[in-house]
Amino acid sequence: MAVDTLNEPVFDREAVFRNVRRRAWITIGAPLAIILYLTYTWFAFGVPELLAKAQPERAVILATDSVAYKVHVTKLLRRDIMEVAIEGERRATYAQEDLPDWVQVDGTDATVDLGDGYEVTITGKVMEFFVPGYGNIKVSATNSGVTTELPPGPVPEWLKDDPRKFNARPTLDRRVQVTKTKIEVHNYFGGWENFWFSFQSELHGISFSQLWALALSNERIDPSQSNMSLIMHDFLGNPDWQHGEVFTALFETIMMAVLGTLIAALVGLPLAFLAARNFTPSLILRFGMRRVFDFLRGIDMLIWSLIFIRAFGLGPLTGALAIAFTDTGTLGKLFSEALENIDNKQVEGVRATGASQIQRYRFGVIPQILPVFVSQVLYYLESNTRSATVIGALGAGGIGLMLVETMKTSRDWENTSYIIILTIVVVIMMDQASGWLRRKLIEGK
Amino acid sequence: MAVAALEQEILTLRKRRQLYSLIGLLLVVAVLVSGFSKSNEMNSGGFLQGLSKFFDYPGEIVAEAWQAGPAFFGLILTFAPAMLETLNIAAVATLLGGAMAVVLAMASTRNVDSWGPLIPVVRRIMDITRAFPELIIALFLIFVLGSSPVPAMIAVAIHTAGALGKLFSEVNENIDRKPIEGLSACGASWLQRIRYAVMPQVAPNYLSYFLLRLEINVRASAILGFVGAGGIGQELRRTIGWGQGAGDETAAIFVLLFCTIMMIDQVSSYLRGKLVGSGRAH
Repeated sequence: MAVDTLNEPVFDREAVFRNVRRRAWITIGAPLAIILYLTYTWFAFGVPELLAKAQPERAVILATDSVAYKVHVTKLLRRDIMEVAIEGERRATYAQEDLPDWVQVDGTDATVDLGDGYEVTITGKVMEFFVPGYGNIKVSATNSGVTTELPPGPVPEWLKDDPRKFNARPTLDRRVQVTKTKIEVHNYFGGWENFWFSFQSELHGISFSQLWALALSNERIDPSQSNMSLIMHDFLGNPDWQHGEVFTALFETIMMAVLGTLIAALVGLPLAFLAARNFTPSLILRFGMRRVFDFLRGIDMLIWSLIFIRAFGLGPLTGALAIAFTDTGTLGKLFSEALENIDNKQVEGVRATGASQIQRYRFGVIPQILPVFVSQVLYYLESNTRSATVIGALGAGGIGLMLVETMKTSRDWENTSYIIILTIVVVIMMDQASGWLRRKLIEGK
Repeated sequence: MAVAALEQEILTLRKRRQLYSLIGLLLVVAVLVSGFSKSNEMNSGGFLQGLSKFFDYPGEIVAEAWQAGPAFFGLILTFAPAMLETLNIAAVATLLGGAMAVVLAMASTRNVDSWGPLIPVVRRIMDITRAFPELIIALFLIFVLGSSPVPAMIAVAIHTAGALGKLFSEVNENIDRKPIEGLSACGASWLQRIRYAVMPQVAPNYLSYFLLRLEINVRASAILGFVGAGGIGQELRRTIGWGQGAGDETAAIFVLLFCTIMMIDQVSSYLRGKLVGSGRAH
């Protein structure tokens, strides 16, 4: 070994130093370039204005609203009606004889106990709000707006006293609003209300053990159907949570991913043979096939799905085809590379037994690329579940579209977080299932 | 007799295997057929009607682009700033996500002497950030921060951190431990060992995965623009929303997007080929 080094060329000092200097420049230059680039994008993205415009309170509202719900006590002054409803929704109104015990209604007047000493009294067009540690606030609705009488001293920050609208939120879970047409008290509670059954359902408010007993019992609540199907029907048809529609949308999304990936794999495999050097001697055919793959991949899922939405309308088929077209390109390219790397000895061995071409492919080639095939297909299946949610949001349907729509209306954030949680659960499940299957099939465990 | 028994066993094994393959094949066919018919029926337009209309829309925009004549190339240039914004989103997201991924990978591989109790925790964190669809984070941040490229950037970066972190930690698992041992024999600290023993070994692979991710992220940020995150996606949404008349602009965006994606793919696969020896994507 020592002798060998004698024959190696000796580097001159200059070359070594040049190399070291170049390295040093890279070590300093690369981070510097990255920092410069990040500074440029900091301004190109308009981060300073963005930070000024950001509404962090929206995040707080979103976070509280997604784990809590509020009950509105509303007095409509024009019609002189008192209503108690969850989220102020018509279909979730409490019946007059069945009010929660923190509201005392006397005709069209009411006393609302918000806990911890906070108390609201509504008499006629006047609302009195007692806040511990601050005092009594008296607000009267007039024909032109509201007049407010505050306790002496500085006005706290949680109180917005506008001549047209009075708004007070002393704590995150208590709010009072007065305008000239209505007086509204919001009381917040933790949890997801009416998650299982809505107010309209006979099953509202019963416990799980009762439900279980009901499901197995012979006496029908609704004579036209069995209890089991009534329970399913009322749960899936819950108007506040729309479980049925959410599940359908999730199913659509999964279908897009599965169908798209399977089509891509089954079309991509035969085409891959045409693009592999050792199976297709014709240069033109091979070159053409590769460009087809590049084209399919390069067009991108975004453009494909927009084109397919025009042609096929909304629905899982559109998403599936968009995924199938893009991934035929990707998988075809991967498979053709796998085909070029196979060991030719097995094919020759099969040929020596007098096998036909199809038999040679079946027994000489396929077994060699099967592991690559299966693992890539499963990997793409998993990543397509995520892509399918995004394509859905572009308009193909499924859970993505539903998510965008509930977010746009921004009415009820617990619905949004419910959909988000379900989506993530599905994505993680697909991830785990494909990982499990991959281990099972390839490592034989 | 032993041979006959063995033959018998092989025969039953083979039969069982054939049965399994058959079941698997039937399952795939069943999923395909039922899924196809089911989704055909859920879709608002059917497959066969759609097929005849498939070339209508591309034909329409190509025709409009043709009418625009040489002005079409000018149109492509007017969308270059939006494309640049999308590229910036992808690049920044990949840089920040990649940096996070390096930290996560170094904290989650036994082979580079990560702190034991931290390993499973960091791995779960990576699983979770990987599972979060970018769309959800982007929509949430758009709601809080307003319509701008930053939400998309953060959303893509978070996903990138998880995805690259996993790949990086797989690279870490396959390195040669001798340099680490050599350095620890000299009394090097953990950071010094990472810098001088691990980084030189993993850098080419890291860079290659980084470039691959950049490709994916360009596509992802173009799509996120469509839900309000700026860049070329937002322009596309605008021109598509206008319907007829803006076909030439839509076509210009399609061409620009296609060319950019192709170019980035080609450059990155060339660079990756140089880095790890073969141009194969993993």
